[in-house]
Amino acid sequence: MSKPVIATTSLAGCFGCHMSLLDIDERILKLIELVEFNKSPIDDIKTFTKAVDIGLIEGGCCNSENVEVLKSFRKNCKILVSVGECAIMGGLPALRNGIPIEECLHEAYIGGPTVQLNTEGVMPNDDELPMLLDRVYPCHEIVKIDYFLPGCPPRADLIWEAVVALVTGDPLKLPYEVVKFD
Amino acid sequence: MENTVKQLVEKYGNDRSRLMDILIDIQETTGYINSEAIEEIAQLLAMSRIDVEQTITFYHFFSTKPKGKYAVYLNTSPVAYMFGREAVKETFEKELGIKFGDVTKDGLVGLYDTPCIGMNDQEPAAIINHKIFTRLTPYRVREIVKLMKEGKNMDELRNESYGDGKNHLPSLRSMVSSNIRRKGMILSDDYQSGTVIRDFLPKMSPESVIAEIKHSHIRGRGGAGFPTGLKWEFCRRAKGSKHYVVCNADEGEPGTFKDRVILTEKPELVFEGMALAGYAIGGDEGILYLRYEYRYLNNYLLEVLQNMRDNNLLGKNISGIEGFDFDIRIQFGAGSYVCGEETALLESLEGKRGEPRDKPPFPVEKGYLGQPTIVNNVETFATAVRIVQNGGEWFTQFGTEDSTGTKILSISGDCMFPGVYEVNWGFNVEDMLNMVGAYEVQAVQVGGPSGTLIGPEEFHRTLGYSDLSTGGSMIIFNKQRNLLRDVVVNFMEFFIDESCGSCSTCRNMTQVLNNKLKKILVGKGVPKDLIDLKSWSKNLIASRCGLGQTAANPIISSLKNFPHLYSALIQKDKQFDEGFDMEKAIQASCTYVGRVPNLNHH
Amino acid sequence: MSNLIKFKIDGTECMAESGKYIVEAAADNGIFIPTLCNMKGVKPKGACRVCTVRINGRLMTSCTTPVTDGMEIESHSEEIEELRKSIVELLFVSGNHFCPACEKSGNCELQALAYLYQMMVPRFPYEFPLKAVDAHSPKIIKDQNRCIFCKRCIKTIKDEEGRSYFAFRNRGHKLEVVLDEEMGNKMDDETAILAMNNCPVGSILFKEKGFDVPIGKRKYDHKPIGSEIKL
Repeated sequence: MSKPVIATTSLAGCFGCHMSLLDIDERILKLIELVEFNKSPIDDIKTFTKAVDIGLIEGGCCNSENVEVLKSFRKNCKILVSVGECAIMGGLPALRNGIPIEECLHEAYIGGPTVQLNTEGVMPNDDELPMLLDRVYPCHEIVKIDYFLPGCPPRADLIWEAVVALVTGDPLKLPYEVVKFD
Repeated sequence: MENTVKQLVEKYGNDRSRLMDILIDIQETTGYINSEAIEEIAQLLAMSRIDVEQTITFYHFFSTKPKGKYAVYLNTSPVAYMFGREAVKETFEKELGIKFGDVTKDGLVGLYDTPCIGMNDQEPAAIINHKIFTRLTPYRVREIVKLMKEGKNMDELRNESYGDGKNHLPSLRSMVSSNIRRKGMILSDDYQSGTVIRDFLPKMSPESVIAEIKHSHIRGRGGAGFPTGLKWEFCRRAKGSKHYVVCNADEGEPGTFKDRVILTEKPELVFEGMALAGYAIGGDEGILYLRYEYRYLNNYLLEVLQNMRDNNLLGKNISGIEGFDFDIRIQFGAGSYVCGEETALLESLEGKRGEPRDKPPFPVEKGYLGQPTIVNNVETFATAVRIVQNGGEWFTQFGTEDSTGTKILSISGDCMFPGVYEVNWGFNVEDMLNMVGAYEVQAVQVGGPSGTLIGPEEFHRTLGYSDLSTGGSMIIFNKQRNLLRDVVVNFMEFFIDESCGSCSTCRNMTQVLNNKLKKILVGKGVPKDLIDLKSWSKNLIASRCGLGQTAANPIISSLKNFPHLYSALIQKDKQFDEGFDMEKAIQASCTYVGRVPNLNHH
Repeated sequence: MSNLIKFKIDGTECMAESGKYIVEAAADNGIFIPTLCNMKGVKPKGACRVCTVRINGRLMTSCTTPVTDGMEIESHSEEIEELRKSIVELLFVSGNHFCPACEKSGNCELQALAYLYQMMVPRFPYEFPLKAVDAHSPKIIKDQNRCIFCKRCIKTIKDEEGRSYFAFRNRGHKLEVVLDEEMGNKMDDETAILAMNNCPVGSILFKEKGFDVPIGKRKYDHKPIGSEIKL
């Protein structure tokens, strides 16, 4: 029987959740035995090449590209898991929520204290760039998400336990210390 | 200004518990409560500034900014919309060149929304400088605006004939109509004011008064239905340095206006009932807590009270009974629905924010200023007089076994003859609709937003504490009305605005539910949303007071009785839709950076 | 000790002095009922509703209701616990509770309750309300994004004359807890630290202080809230 397939992505996140995944130390060898990775920054596979069982999503959606990627994950994965605070509730990028997008862009490219060279007030508007959303959206406000692993990042143990439980079908053990929001 | 504030605070005995009176007086003399006045009050009453402000900002008729020489408060209840509010609003805005919520540049007119002002039988209606203007039309609005621009006084503004019933009296001179359509023991003219105090009380002990009330099985007319006799008995037994009688005239439930009519036509009966209750519980003082929307009744009611004092129906040794000293003062609210909840009302009476209290203790033990207090509805006091006059046994012949006596209904909406109807309990909805000339009826909102919305399958049900309990508000909607969009959302927004905010449940859940409802209304709903609405709304039952506990009722009862209206809006083939709209989400940023959105590009 | 009465919580026989609030009486018997707005020794005001229990079929807040003889209290049934969890989730979505960026994280009572109930994600949509941060006082920051309106600061932080530093402003969904401008300017260190400590969440912060306890050594890192009470 072929191994279950996992895909991962980082949307509007900092890759910290991926780092935490790598933080499972020597269990990573076990993980490779248990599963096969498809589209993921870990193996650098850029597009889905087969049907995926579990998609791990880091980061929320702050632009049109995030939405596209998330939707393609939903299409190609049987199970989607929001990994970390950004995927679950927007996280730090969502601190801009509630502030008009015009104000955010102005602060970033024209008015902010660190802006020095943009004397002509140019706004990035190339067609190749993703388009910014009016606010940062938690992933489950865009597509159906099946499971949630909180934390910033989620503890390596939590990610490990969750993946193992999903792959093996064993019940998920959640000791008090693994579920944390920071 | 400082002098005035100082004098005012002194007028109310430098008493923090009279803060409402102080603020109302300032608001009315200067049109708003300015920063210096707040500072002055804070110092005189040894409060922090922010402590004074927390009372001010609770009530929507108080303002810390000028409200305009003429402050127009236009009612937002569904019935107002049904009878042309939108056109009235647009005319105000067009004639004055401002939007609702703003004041004209010259400070002449301010336009504001306000929830039900108790005129549902003569909508659209507005309050302008605490005078009432009913049955507004675009033509009437243009006329009013013209007169305001000419600087006319309020009497000149109301240049039409005065309303019916006692509304024509010189002290009232009100354009309001009483619209009494059916009279019973309360509204009938066969009672000679003062009879019970003069002819009955001298021969009765306080205990025997309570016994008659208990025997009558009358239950509170405000809606909660607690047995009145028991309440009086508990209060009489409770120990305290003073005992208080409070009349709840804060009828804020949208669609109810019967207390306004009782207080206009039969105020003596209400005050006599309060004095009677005072006699029964050993009360020292009576307070009528009157909603600010009815400020126009003030001079008239003060006159009635003085007249009663002159006739020894209030004051010292009333009716020659040694030691029966009892008087009544009027306390105004300042715009807050939750103050109709008895413990919120007591907080407001003490000059504070109208946040309901935790129970126990109940007001009969610790009420106004921590002393034993009964709080009863206007109608309850009025009825009590007739009970004592005719005996508790007589009273039980009216109504049903568990709901004795009569009930005054405030009927409005889609019917030929809106107004007040005094009926025996046990009346069924079908008969009621036939009585008022209501045809092609889609739904009836029984008991206001906190009550239930029922459809034709339930019109056989009867009005009473064990079936359709009601404080009296009955709003009728015909088949042309959009119940979810125009009624349910309106009521949910009413609860959102009127929550005191103290409980986490009521402060937040109303908003969460309303957002979901709106999502369904724009066609983004999925089957799960209906399940969520049902299960999430249960969270509100954990709220402290009746407002919070019933705040989801517009949704709960419409879901239960009009499920087809919801299912027609749901995307049945979709499992998931959280309402995300990519085109809408990228619009603002694309516009700002100057690019054409291209969603097919990536 | 003469006025000891008997009562039951979820069928367990308990004893307490008559008139004690249920929350405290339960704690005396080793039973933890979660609270958020309650503070020992301060007059309760059932604001958060987290300590809701059922007595005689009615939902009551156990921080405001005194125990009486023979009272039967339902506290840890599935239904009541689910209600409490939903209230905690509701508080999360109606403010902006970004735990990773909060100085109080690890010592926050709201977060601790979410841990207790293993809240993986709130069931309600996040509202992301736009709220202000008031930093006018030289001593404290009042971050409205994190306020849960428990009223603890309003009730406990007062000057010598009994005037409140904090108060509510507006009502309903627009409710805020605000700091008096003038009194905030004159606040001393002691009052400011007390205000921070009495705040169950990170809405009141003493300026220039924060993140001084490392992860792993904070109050709720290893043991759930209420552990000190449970027998």
